[in-house]
Amino acid sequence: MTNFWMILSQSYINKFKTKAFIITTVLVAAVIMIAGNMEKIFSYFDDEDKEMKIAVVDQMGGLYEPFKGQLAAITEDLTVVQTEQTENQLKKEVTKGTYKGYLLLKREADGLPAGTYKAENIANSEITSDIRQALQALKTMEVAGKLQLTSEQIQMWNAPVTFDTIALAKGAKSEEELMQAQILVYLLLFFIYFSVIMYANMIASDVAIEKSSRVMEILISSVSPVKQMFAKIIGIGLLGLTQLVIWFAIAYFTMTNQPKGSLVSSIGLKSIPVTMIVYAVLLFILGYFLYATIAALLGSLVSRLEDVQQMMTPLTLLVMVGFFISMYGLSNPESPFITATSYVPFFTPMILFVRISLLSIPVWEVVLGFGVLVAAILLFGVIGARIYKGGVLMYGKSNSLKDMKKALELSKDN
Amino acid sequence: MLVLERVTKRFNEFTAVDNLSLQIPERELFGFLGANGAGKTTTFRMILGILQANEGMIHWNGQPINYKSSPLIGYLPEERGLYPKMKVKEQIVYLARLRGMDKKEAAIETDRWLERFHVPDYAGKKVEELSKGNQQKIQFISSVVHKPQLLILDEPFSGLDPVNVELLKEAVVDLKESGTTIVFSSHRMEHVEELCENLCMMHKGRPVVHGRLRDIKRSFGRKNVFVQADFDLGFLEEIRGVLRTKRTAEGMLLQIDKEETSQTIFSALQEKGFVTKFELEEPSLNDIFIEKAGASYD
Repeated sequence: MTNFWMILSQSYINKFKTKAFIITTVLVAAVIMIAGNMEKIFSYFDDEDKEMKIAVVDQMGGLYEPFKGQLAAITEDLTVVQTEQTENQLKKEVTKGTYKGYLLLKREADGLPAGTYKAENIANSEITSDIRQALQALKTMEVAGKLQLTSEQIQMWNAPVTFDTIALAKGAKSEEELMQAQILVYLLLFFIYFSVIMYANMIASDVAIEKSSRVMEILISSVSPVKQMFAKIIGIGLLGLTQLVIWFAIAYFTMTNQPKGSLVSSIGLKSIPVTMIVYAVLLFILGYFLYATIAALLGSLVSRLEDVQQMMTPLTLLVMVGFFISMYGLSNPESPFITATSYVPFFTPMILFVRISLLSIPVWEVVLGFGVLVAAILLFGVIGARIYKGGVLMYGKSNSLKDMKKALELSKDN
Repeated sequence: MLVLERVTKRFNEFTAVDNLSLQIPERELFGFLGANGAGKTTTFRMILGILQANEGMIHWNGQPINYKSSPLIGYLPEERGLYPKMKVKEQIVYLARLRGMDKKEAAIETDRWLERFHVPDYAGKKVEELSKGNQQKIQFISSVVHKPQLLILDEPFSGLDPVNVELLKEAVVDLKESGTTIVFSSHRMEHVEELCENLCMMHKGRPVVHGRLRDIKRSFGRKNVFVQADFDLGFLEEIRGVLRTKRTAEGMLLQIDKEETSQTIFSALQEKGFVTKFELEEPSLNDIFIEKAGASYD
């Protein structure tokens, strides 16, 4: 086994065994499972609320029965009880918890039904919107009755308008596909954002640990620093891919095991185009390489682990900016701003992914984006390797960017 | 043979090593001395190929030293460094493998060395759990476990208790006997006097003393006289040829310019009273160091 592979597997296996890695992996996996089964969990808690009772005071008579009928058509979760109690009595009942709230029904001056709903709090918008709908339907019925419309006419009146959107560009996505894509892109973006920050930090602190524990001196006398740097970057990159595969597998398993018609299954992980996954993985890997190289060179400049965070802040901010721009791009993928920023290498991994997934951009644009990214990786690889080489020999309170110059000079003759 | 030929290393304006030439034959235990900042570590780093010399050549048995020759070389850096969270044996084996040793052999050798240093129980412990002295033993093992031809020890005995110093010294001598070429630096002159036949003393990047220990001492000329008596010895400072005096708990140590001066001192003492001890000594390496390298380590 060559030194390169030894360092690679060492950084992979050692990190794989750490508590931090195991905990994050398991925790995120748990979050994915919970999020995927959200509806099941919600419906489980909903059971308790099924007994929601609402008192109805029909102040003018003749409104209760038709209202009850309309409400029953809308929801099964609300039970209405007619009562003649005074408001004061009802208030007490609500405080006691007998009723969730009470509804006062009356007719306006024009004879149309109206209502006022009073409850301890009106945070539960589901109840109020159900009541509103029922009242609206009741009103429509009565107006229709006054106009002497037939039920057929009422149906025509209520029927929704037919409105379709069709994209003309070849390969463009239908609206439904677009919705699906948006949700998936959002999830994948979040993943790229999260993992790039996490792994870049992991590399920087790994280098800083080797420096602060001074084991670096032994390492660089055995293996060339450049070899070490890239072996470490690839080793930790593979660790990231491992995590990614675990999480994807769990997400896939969770989503495909949902009952038909649930929200989660409508995102349709099953129907993701394979190309989208391929692009996501490719861009994740390239984005990782770009940020990891920079992180390694930053890590080589500090001598104490505590200084790593300070050094990494600009890089983290850069990833965050990219993430926020791509969030904007999610709803405006065609904006010229998004097109332009997708060719800025720091942002390409996320923003180009948005454009590829939501638009049907020509092949040359994809190639250009990847080209820019690969060129940036090579550039930072070369610069990073040189700074790293000098940086690992520097000790003292070297944690400013000025030290990059010093590190470059130190490695110049090497 | 390790050859340094007119080696110079500059950092910007600062010259860390200036025109240094050394020849260290195989199976030699070579002492490399100098005050802090004299250029020892820089020289070691150049020998190891971590730093490149601006001028001059460094060869090991006729070959330039680079990462290809890393299996042949062992290094104990002055700043000790091991992975704090890694287990002792795992770590030694890993570092040995980075220097090209086979995994199985590395494990066997590691056990042998742990046994030799009376710490076999530490194999499964994390390095950070060990005491400083024991960490140093582990550090030493990791520099020799892959059986290097050329071993560079930067301050191998600092921070160890006398028992462990003996243990390490023995190991160093054994390695030399078995054919390893060893270059080592130390702040403790008595260690160098005890172990090295040849040495080089650096001052501000230049070699100021270089050669066989015996020749160095002889050519230094000066000698020491130790006097112990039951009267005040202050008047001895006035005698011509006495360069320096130092009062100790038991008497007085005088540095003299040449052997003959000791006789002047001896006759001066005779009339004064009862002399319990009079001794003419070879100069210590420490004296030479203070004179030549201009700094004391105490």
